[in-house]
Formats: sequence, structure tokens, C-alpha cells
Amino acid sequence: MEIEQTALPGIGLKHEFTTHTGRRIGIVSHRSGRRDLIIYDRDDPDRACESVQLTDEEADALVELLGAPRIVQRLNALHREVEGLVSVQIPVTPSSPYDGRTLGDARIRTRTGASVVAVVRGDQVHASPTPDFGFRAGDVVVVVGDAENTAAVADILADG
Amino acid sequence: MHHTAILFLELGGVILALGILGALALRVGISPIPLYLVAGLAFGTGGILPLATSEEFIATGAELGVILLLLTLGLEYNADELMTSLKSNAPSGLVDLVLNAAPGVIAALLLGWGPVAAVAMGGVTYATSSGITAKVLSDLGWIGNRETPVVLSLLVFEDLTMALYLPILTALLAGVSLLSGAITVAIALATVTVVLVVALKFGDWIEKFVASPNSEVLLLKVIGLAMLVAGLAQQLQVSAAVGAFLVGIALSGELAHDARALLMPIRDLFAAVFFVFFGLQTDPAKIVPVLWLAAILAFVSMVTKLATGAFAARRAGIGRAGRVRAGIALIPRGEFNIVIAGLAVAAGAHPDLGPLAAAYVLILAAFGPLAARLTAPLVAALTKSTPAPH
Repeated sequence: MEIEQTALPGIGLKHEFTTHTGRRIGIVSHRSGRRDLIIYDRDDPDRACESVQLTDEEADALVELLGAPRIVQRLNALHREVEGLVSVQIPVTPSSPYDGRTLGDARIRTRTGASVVAVVRGDQVHASPTPDFGFRAGDVVVVVGDAENTAAVADILADG
Repeated sequence: MHHTAILFLELGGVILALGILGALALRVGISPIPLYLVAGLAFGTGGILPLATSEEFIATGAELGVILLLLTLGLEYNADELMTSLKSNAPSGLVDLVLNAAPGVIAALLLGWGPVAAVAMGGVTYATSSGITAKVLSDLGWIGNRETPVVLSLLVFEDLTMALYLPILTALLAGVSLLSGAITVAIALATVTVVLVVALKFGDWIEKFVASPNSEVLLLKVIGLAMLVAGLAQQLQVSAAVGAFLVGIALSGELAHDARALLMPIRDLFAAVFFVFFGLQTDPAKIVPVLWLAAILAFVSMVTKLATGAFAARRAGIGRAGRVRAGIALIPRGEFNIVIAGLAVAAGAHPDLGPLAAAYVLILAAFGPLAARLTAPLVAALTKSTPAPH
């Protein structure tokens, strides 16, 4: 979307853009603080067929009505993403097929989409382990992903 | 009767009459300027109610009115806008100047009024009334239109042209010889340039000096500065009006907006006095013989403004209907044209120049806004006949 800005000498500024349905709308910002909401004619794209004069208060109200739901929507989406994100700690048992094998062998990210962010061994934390990192029984693998793919990682580490 | 009593009775009568006429203009939806002129004609020499005592005050008030008109006009623009407009609209601005000064110049030459009167008449037919045009644009809801920036740029260009034209006219009217005339014009142009450069580079300093949180202090400082510069400009033969205009340009932003709001009521009062004064000086009996001439001139310059608007809007990629609207918006003539004619009359130009200019402005100040209103549906029909682009 491209917003076009035009100076109106002696009056103020005009901003306009075309919507996805092809309608052109704009705002004239007068130096006096007055705002005009303008809608251009379909037949004569040079003519403002509607011009609604708004006071400061009315302009604020309009912004809030148009802007607020969008902000709430975005926040919700962001929140959902954070909410869906889980980090789980999966132990490498002595019966695990990966005891003694490397992180690269397990191909965890490729197979599940979840990420191994750290491995805890005793009281040591190996953050961001490389593919050649070798698992040992008793390691605790910290995995970040959603509920589904972190469960898949647990299956891989237990059964291969 | 006591002198003061007569003075107040006359002034009160005139100003009250203007108020009533203004209300009438508001109701009919036209500019009050033509009615103020008519009032001046009625009160003046050969009118129905000649004034005797207050003429001196009205004369001074009229001078003040011109200064305030130009000062508030300058306050509307800042130097940046003028420069941008000058750069991007020079071709349209030149077409405007040539097409619209021509009717006045040619008429004056055909009438045998001589070259100086021709220069003055060129100015009378050239300038669109930015005040009336701004009101037309606002009243008809045309401010948001895409051709409006074109119209406004042309107005800015005209006003800037005035800053150069008025000093030249003042010098010519003073009847100076070719050499000293050239010197005067050179001084005028240099002054205008210096003030514009000062306004561009040091506008902040001037604003710092003028600015005040107190509106009374701000008002006194702005008017004082404008009058001082106007007087200085007059002394340099640059024309007092241009001095005030340049002060207005030097001030910008919030300060200019505040100052304009403060000055508006005072300007309205003295501008009305100015239009009355011009009417006062004009003998109504002399208008009748030049009426047909004024009508022809008005018609021709309506056509030339329509052509100007069409040309400028076409350059900006505006469609057919928008081009017509741009032309219509440019038709009204008003304050500047009377200012120019006033200068010429004061300098003793041809006796018919004043009445002709008065009749001309009467027609176009009244008819311009009406034309816009009446033709709006026609212009809309013009659009309907063109197939939509999508």
C-alpha cells in the first residue's frame, strides 16, 4: 500500500491511498487542527465526492475504532504463539538407542521441527549443542517446540 | 454638531452598513467584497450619502487594511512552500501570468491609456483572489480534490509574482525616468530577494524575537514589525504592501498560525474599510459608461483563467472534469486587483481606470463563486459522459 502525501499551500497536508477494492480515500490535515476524511468519486478519481469534517475528538475516536481491534487481534495472535510454545526436559535413559550416539544422528529438528536448546549433564549445562555432541545416559535434553513435536522428540529419544 | 460626534456617527453608520451587507452576502453565498465596494460607491463622491468628516480616517484605515491583507496572506505561507511551488509550477505560473495579464494590458493599450496604465491593468486582470478562491474550495468541498494542489500552487505563484510586480508598478507609477526607474526596480528586487533569503535562513531568529506566550504582546509585536517594514519598503519604493507580505512569509509554523488567528478580526475590519475607501474614490456615475467594457474584460479573463486552470491541471495529470474545476476555482478576482487599481488611482492614472477596475472586480468577485456553484452539476455531467477507467 502506498500512501501519497501532497502539500496544500496555505491549508495543510493531504494523505491518500487506494484500497484493495480500488477506492481512493484520504485525509486532509488542516493547519488549524481540523481533519477532513475524504472519499474519491469512482467515476471522477480527481473529485472528493464525500468530505467529512472531523474535530480532534472525532478523529481520535475514529482512529480508536479502526485501530483498536487490529491491535487486539495482533496481540492475541502473538500471545497464542507464545502460549503454544513449550519447553520440555527429556531424560536420556540407559535403554535409549541414542545413548552413546550423537545429536546429529537423532536428526531431531529435521524429523520433528522442535529444537534442542541445551543438554544438562550433572550440574553442567551445554547450551546450543552442536550436531557432533554425544548423548550419554543420564543427560537431560531441553527441547523447545509445540506440544506435539516435543512429544515426538521424547519418543525418538526413548525408542529411536 | 461636534467634530467627534460626526466622525463617530459616520464611521458607525458605514461599519454597521458593512455588517448588514456582510450578512446579506453570507445568505446569498457570495463574497462580501463586491457589496463593500457598492457601499463605498454609495457613500462616496457622487454617491447617495457622501461622507465628509471621516474620509481622512477611512483613508488611513484603508492603507492599514492593505498592509493587514498582505501580512495575513504572507502568514499563510512559509518560505519553503513558496520555493517549492516556484520550482515545480513555474511553467503553469508563467502561462497564468501571460494569459491573464494580456486582457488588461491589451484593453489599456487599445483604449490609449499608455504603457504604465497597461502594466496596472495587466495586474488587475491577472491576480486571482486567493481569499475568495479558498472560500469557494472550502464551500464546495473541493479541498480534497486532486486538482486543488494545482490551484493552490498557482495562487502561491501569483502572490510571489506580486512581490516582484508591486515594486515595479510602484516605480512606474512614480513616473521616474528610465535610468532611475531601473535603479528603483533593482533596489526593489534586491530587497525582496534579501528578505526572502533572510526569511529562509534566519526565520528562526525573527520568530524567537516575535514569539510570546501572551497574545497581546504577540499581536503588538507582529503588527509593529509589519508596519515598520512596510514603511521602510515604501521609503525604498518597494511598496508598503510587499513589505508586510514579506514579514508574513518570514514567520511560519505555530507562531504564524497564532498570529493569523489574532490578526483576522482586525484585518477583516480594516480590509472592509479598504474596499469602502476604493468605492469612495470612485464616482458611480463614471462606472456606467465603462460597464460594457468591464463585462467584456470579465468574460475574456474568465475564459483565460479557465484555460490556465485546464493547462495547469492537465500538466498534473488531472482528468477533464478536474481541469474545468481548476479553471473555475481561479476565476474570482478581489482584494489584490483592487490594491493594484488603488495604487494606480492614487498615483493619478487614467480617470477611467478606477471605475473600470471597480466594475470588473464587482462582476468577477460576485460571479466567480456563483459560477463555481452553478457549473458544479455540469462538471459532474462531464464526468458521467466519460467512461470510467476501470
